[in-house]
Amino acid sequence: MAILTEAMRERIRAYLPRYPSKQAVVLPALHVVQDELRCVPLEAVREIAEMLDLHPAQVQDTLSFYGFFRDEKHPLGRKRVWVCRSLSCMLRGGEELLRDLSARLGVKPGETTPDGRITLEFAECLGQCEGAPCLMIDDEVHGPLTTEQALELLKRAEEAS
Amino acid sequence: MSFEPVLLRNRGVPDVQRLEVYQQRGGYRALEKALRMSPAEVVQVVKDSGLRGRGGAGFPCGVKWTFLPKDHSGPIYLCVNADESEPGTFNNRILMEEDPHQVLEGITISAYATRATTAYIYLRYEYGRCYRTMQRAVDEAYAAGLLGRNILGRSDFHLDVYLHRGAGAYICGEETGLIESLEGKRAWPRIKPPFPAVEGAFRKPTIVNNVETLACVTHILDRGADWFKSIGVPPDPNNPRDLGSYGPKLYCISGHVNNPCCVELPLGVTARQLIEEHGGGVWKGRKAKAVVPGGISMGFLSESELDTPLDFIGPTKVGCLGLGTAAVIVIDDQTSMVDVLYNSCRFFRHESCGQCTPCREGTEWMTKILARIRRGQGELSDLDQLLEIANGIGITPGTTICGLADGAAWPVKNALTKFRAEFEEYIRHHGRHHDQR
Ligand SMILES: Cc1cc2nc3c(=O)[nH]c(=O)nc-3n(C[C@H](O)[C@H](O)[C@H](O)COP(=O)(O)O)c2cc1C
Ligand code: SF4
Ligand code: FES
Repeated sequence: MAILTEAMRERIRAYLPRYPSKQAVVLPALHVVQDELRCVPLEAVREIAEMLDLHPAQVQDTLSFYGFFRDEKHPLGRKRVWVCRSLSCMLRGGEELLRDLSARLGVKPGETTPDGRITLEFAECLGQCEGAPCLMIDDEVHGPLTTEQALELLKRAEEAS
Repeated sequence: MSFEPVLLRNRGVPDVQRLEVYQQRGGYRALEKALRMSPAEVVQVVKDSGLRGRGGAGFPCGVKWTFLPKDHSGPIYLCVNADESEPGTFNNRILMEEDPHQVLEGITISAYATRATTAYIYLRYEYGRCYRTMQRAVDEAYAAGLLGRNILGRSDFHLDVYLHRGAGAYICGEETGLIESLEGKRAWPRIKPPFPAVEGAFRKPTIVNNVETLACVTHILDRGADWFKSIGVPPDPNNPRDLGSYGPKLYCISGHVNNPCCVELPLGVTARQLIEEHGGGVWKGRKAKAVVPGGISMGFLSESELDTPLDFIGPTKVGCLGLGTAAVIVIDDQTSMVDVLYNSCRFFRHESCGQCTPCREGTEWMTKILARIRRGQGELSDLDQLLEIANGIGITPGTTICGLADGAAWPVKNALTKFRAEFEEYIRHHGRHHDQR
């Protein structure tokens, strides 16, 4: 059974005219799928490959290079939180923020809370070092934050979506 | 001396992200001016300005553009490097979030000069706000005839601009890693030559430039090469390899200062000036122990080296790798350099693409050795081991394909020469016989 919906296929096809090769659409396609399904199942890899005239192994190769994409055994929670651990943040409490959030959410970096709400991740420099320590919720960075502020922000982000 | 900002002149102006407001403030005047010139003339102006790339390597921008094959049948691509991931660096983000049309104008002028007909903005995924701001600016520019076919009524100038989002990998900032990633493959940097100008994206001639470099192009066209050269530091006449450090630069200041920020200043300001006059001084009334001069890859300045001018040559005179991204990270005197170096090594181990064994294994070993030292199981001989690994990896010794390995090695080399006593002390104090702590 097809896993890519017609709407997803439409979004992926819309990228094709932008590039001289179909393969260039692999990364945009993986983003489309993970945005919708919170992971990229193997069947989606096969279907993307078919759409782009590639071997599934080529799509899988790209997917697995970026730690960003999740397989179906490790889907993302509804919110993905990345805590920066690189130097500018580390100097201002980034590692403590990661440790405390991990304790409060009861998950290790890389894991998702059992209720499927939140996936916690560590990040390398998020490019907002003037706001250290910072974290990213989905694709927006916030900081500087205490653990309490981070939890509050997360709650509001969950309510907003 | 106060400096009137150029790249950040629109910072804080309400709604300047909107085309109308940007144009009211003189926006797209430089593009009109460029279009009255031939592409070759625009290249010449940029060459004359002495503009050097802001992405880390400092290569002269106009010179790079002349490496494109003459009379190529096309297409030629422009790749805008907006992958900005070097720890400590955030100036590209500020440019894109706060003044997107300034960046877009520079892209359009540069595409005209290089005869590129498609520009891809390779944007790191984490810059979601930039993505949305830049996409709105692109849409507005298309609607106003500033992008697309027959730009500003010129039947011979067409340009498409597309945003391409990354997926969280530092190596996509290396220009050929970027190209591989754009092509939908894993971001393994390519062996050079061929350089991208000859064979780049989709095997076509390609220019890769940093966001800030392209923003500078806008102002060079607007105000002229002589204006650009009136800012910054001319080449040292006694050093034939010094190409000068002209123009304004966005310096990022982070870490242990009272006021972490991004400021625009003429190239050549010292680290001490940045910390004292712009960063609000070292926090908590402390002193700086070490300062990263231009992103973690560049290594460390010691306290006594803080008067080093941060131009393209200055940091190399005190053993650092270079100016890099001009991102200054301040480390106070209460911080352990062992912890700092571990953090640096862990970053590069995580970000090595794994293609070259010396880099993949070297970053792994260095991280493991430092982890062992931090666990209190270090030995003095570990320090020589670390140096030996660091000296063996990178483009410098010729063992790797890209400069990530040099960036991994430099902090190790600098730390173990400039702060060796602290490492020895740490190992003696936390050494094996204190295991029971
Ligand atoms: C490991 C590595 C990472 C890099 N990351 C970036 C980056 O994020 N942004 C950037 O502009 N240049 C980066 N560079 C430099 C690019 O390879 C290239 O020199 C630059 O984009 C050229 O643009 P410029 O001449 O305008 O500076 C990186 C280089 C290396 C070796
Ligand atoms: S030096 Fe490191 S990051 Fe660069 S290509 Fe080799 S393995 Fe990859
Ligand atoms: S080090 Fe955390 S955002 Fe740069």
